[in-house]
Amino acid sequence: MQTLADVIDELPALRSLSPAQRQTLSGCARNQVLSPGEEIMREGDAADAFYIVRAGGVAIVTQVPGRGEITIETLHAGDLLGWSWLVEPYRNAFGARALGATRVLALDGVCLRGKCEADPALGYALLKLLASVFAQRLRDTRVRLLDLYGADA
Amino acid sequence: MLDGTALMPAAVRVAERRRETHDTWTLRLDGGPALAPGQFSMLYAFGAGEAPISVSATGDSVEHTIRAVGAVTRALCEAETVGVRGPYGNTWPAPGGDAVIVAGGIGLAPLRPVIRALGDRALVLYGARAPRELLYEAELASWGAQVTVDAPAAGWDGPVGVVTKLIERADFDPASAVAMICGPEVMMRFAAVALLDRGMPADAIWVSLERGMKCGVGHCGHCQVGPLLICRDGPVFRYDRVEPLLRVAEL
Repeated sequence: MQTLADVIDELPALRSLSPAQRQTLSGCARNQVLSPGEEIMREGDAADAFYIVRAGGVAIVTQVPGRGEITIETLHAGDLLGWSWLVEPYRNAFGARALGATRVLALDGVCLRGKCEADPALGYALLKLLASVFAQRLRDTRVRLLDLYGADA
Repeated sequence: MLDGTALMPAAVRVAERRRETHDTWTLRLDGGPALAPGQFSMLYAFGAGEAPISVSATGDSVEHTIRAVGAVTRALCEAETVGVRGPYGNTWPAPGGDAVIVAGGIGLAPLRPVIRALGDRALVLYGARAPRELLYEAELASWGAQVTVDAPAAGWDGPVGVVTKLIERADFDPASAVAMICGPEVMMRFAAVALLDRGMPADAIWVSLERGMKCGVGHCGHCQVGPLLICRDGPVFRYDRVEPLLRVAEL
């Protein structure tokens, strides 16, 4: 039987954390299974968790009047979803929905914020980890802004 | 050797014209020069002008896939007979093992002959602006290509995001595979960096450059980048040899 601590130990996304820090994280974690199309987070709601995709995929979505729900980006196994839990006022900037049968590791943001306040070294390690995700997402977004594939590019 | 005939186009009939997308067509030529994967011809639309077009199918039936973006390429897409000069340029490598093929937009066209030749040994990663821009849709499925788009449309349930994301999670052995990249130059730079981040050595990565080829024979200098002439020394280059040049602004 694989424990949550085992799952966390094996996630490449969390490899930069120390074993003790991963252990602390497991106290705020739970496994979650999502059915295809199931909503994980809703735009504007309180951001109380973040997720690491273990299998399947997740679409980051927003509602556009006249066009319905638009997928902005998709995340897949190994990717990290959600950082609004760390940034005031702790509200989801976008929604998220499972693409197919999807398994995620869910981390309770309120629980994590408490542990980070109590243990600044953990907070810093987690922030560094998330900053590398922010940086990569921002870089990817900038590349997409160039609209490279267009006929004029 | 540059003699009088080297720059003289031969008239070749278009045997078949296939619509790929709203603005892109594949022409199958009835004859003309034989080309190898990676090479290009100068195609001449009578009365409109000439454009360098890579070969998108080699062997008995030579094909060129053309995006109608200007007067010349529009005329080529509609032509019943085209003038052909070629073949020009060098070829993609022919690896003995697996290859990661990274294509962006129309950049899939020059890679199609390589993918066909490699069969199961090709891992195809393809990025396009939108589902309606995808080339060779039936073949993409048969290649098992992983496809991502920037702007999904209704009904698209595949990945959304940059093509580099496909590289990050693709299943290949960076120590033994080679990579061939073709697409917009910025996309090729980012794709190469993503491959290097996965541990692939720079000398296993190949890119195909496109910089205003005009004469095709290393004479006019239009396609010069640093010390290289794309038409004569390329268009296929090993990444470690051109990486510094890719950061040079176009003249």
